[in-house]
Amino acid sequence: MSVLAAPMAGSRARTPAGRLVAALNHWVIHIALGLIGLIWLVPTVGLLVTSFRPRSDIQATGWWDIFNLHLTIDNYRQVLEAQGMLGAFVNTVFIAVPSTFLPLAICSLAAYAFSWIKFPFRDTLFLIVIAFLLVPVQVAFIPLLTTATSLVPDLQLTRGYVAVWLAHTAFALPFGIFLLRNFFITLPPDMIEAARIDGASDFRVFSRIVLPVSVPAIAAYGIFQFLWVWNDLLMALVFVQDSSKFPMTRAIQNLLSQYGTEWHLLAAGAFLLMIVPLVVFFSLQRYFVQGLLAGSIK
Amino acid sequence: MRSARGPEKPNYLAALLFLLPAGLLLVVFLLYPSLYTVLLSFNRGRNGVFEQWVGFDNYVRLFSDADFINLSTFPPSGALWNNILWIVFYTSIVIFLGLIIAVVAARVRYEAVIKAIVFIPMAIAATALAVIWKFVYSPDANIGLLNAFLGVFGIAPISWLGDENIVNFALIAVGIWGSVGFATVILSAAVKSIPAEVIESARVEGANERQIFFRMILPMVSLPISVLAVTLVVNVIKLFDLIYVMTAGGPGKASRVIAFVMYQQAFQAGQYGYGSAVAVVMLVLLTPIMIYNVRRFRTGAVT
Repeated sequence: MSVLAAPMAGSRARTPAGRLVAALNHWVIHIALGLIGLIWLVPTVGLLVTSFRPRSDIQATGWWDIFNLHLTIDNYRQVLEAQGMLGAFVNTVFIAVPSTFLPLAICSLAAYAFSWIKFPFRDTLFLIVIAFLLVPVQVAFIPLLTTATSLVPDLQLTRGYVAVWLAHTAFALPFGIFLLRNFFITLPPDMIEAARIDGASDFRVFSRIVLPVSVPAIAAYGIFQFLWVWNDLLMALVFVQDSSKFPMTRAIQNLLSQYGTEWHLLAAGAFLLMIVPLVVFFSLQRYFVQGLLAGSIK
Repeated sequence: MRSARGPEKPNYLAALLFLLPAGLLLVVFLLYPSLYTVLLSFNRGRNGVFEQWVGFDNYVRLFSDADFINLSTFPPSGALWNNILWIVFYTSIVIFLGLIIAVVAARVRYEAVIKAIVFIPMAIAATALAVIWKFVYSPDANIGLLNAFLGVFGIAPISWLGDENIVNFALIAVGIWGSVGFATVILSAAVKSIPAEVIESARVEGANERQIFFRMILPMVSLPISVLAVTLVVNVIKLFDLIYVMTAGGPGKASRVIAFVMYQQAFQAGQYGYGSAVAVVMLVLLTPIMIYNVRRFRTGAVT
């Protein structure tokens, strides 16, 4: 086949018929990509439009009936106030911010040790960290919930945010250490040696040299971790037991099970959950994609 | 494994201080609970404490539970079987579509726009994806776009999430929609790493597009594809949020997956020993990938 096809392909564009085929090919490409664009945009746009339509309209006609479009922000008002989504939004912030900064700090410290401090079994310990990458959170649920409660009944970590912060942090560590260590070892050794010869302690080398030059890598990881926690449902389901502290993912899940067909509430709720990740995505796309690409191992 | 350089003299105190917070958390929240769960899976484990050792009972019950895995019917069914369906269809179609979009979009000027559009679902919570697609799948043709679209061709509304023969494929389609952007971005970077002159000179020498794809592009992206496939399989084994929000495992138990069974058994049925066994099965399924990662790292493929 290759013997025959090769000269044909070479001559294709040179004849009028060949040019037509090439142009057609081009149109096929545009149409296919246009379709892909539609399939990936339309479901989200449909829900966005719906979130601004009055309830009566939603039940009368489909959102694609754009000649009959009335817009309102009532749905958002209702879901924020009456359905408590405003509180849930704040709760999500309360969960996500410490669950991002704690791992950032702890992973940076550990990654520095794995990169620039010599100690026995360093490589073995690091391989264990890599093995921990894939340990599913499910293996920790039962012991963390039941033993913690039976050992210290008054602790009641799941009444507040402490349990979910610590669980998110612990399960973020293997990946964060892995990622930051891989960045830290690419730093020029001369830079670190020079500081040490000048008498700088490890903590000084870490805070004055390694951290400042690693801001892009740390930011990429921070954004990844922040969105991971922001979007999480499972950890909140297990480790947040007080309904006044539920994050948005749980609030929306509750809305769905209570009002499965009240699309004016569901659509507005879903967009409130999506708005922060979308803003992060469009404003910090470069870091975001980097973080996710690096996160592909998680 | 590439060893980082440092001073020749080991510095125990500094190492200890820098590693202490991470080490403490990893031991308390990851290592200890994992070992506890493994032990608990051999116990009746009501209330999550060790009360009565039952050997492999939990595992025997699990694998003889038709809701977990049932190979005696055709097609087989059960939660674990659904994970297999996910691995087969989700993984292959995500990689296929991702590669096609990466290669085709590279030939148009609006490549960045297409990649961004396909990538957007990656930023969104699975909970939000679930709402978006429950809306698209609504059996009410005045609400659900898909049934409205089929209605144009005179097809009666289909209950995508209510029919146990369809539900898994409807869910897998949502999973694919959510992950293709990720595959596109990874594979696009791999395709771009092939120098344009190399492809151009192959074209000049008369290679057709098919030859360029199979002889030049495919070999170059085979490593990224295998890494991607591993990632997607891990996603499937950990899959929970989407199922929990979209169908809660239903209709009946038709769309359950392993992570859902673990949650359901432990926290809704209160079967801690049994739930531990499910968690251990998840861990065992992930272990070969764990070993693969460690090996890959030791041989220096990842640094």
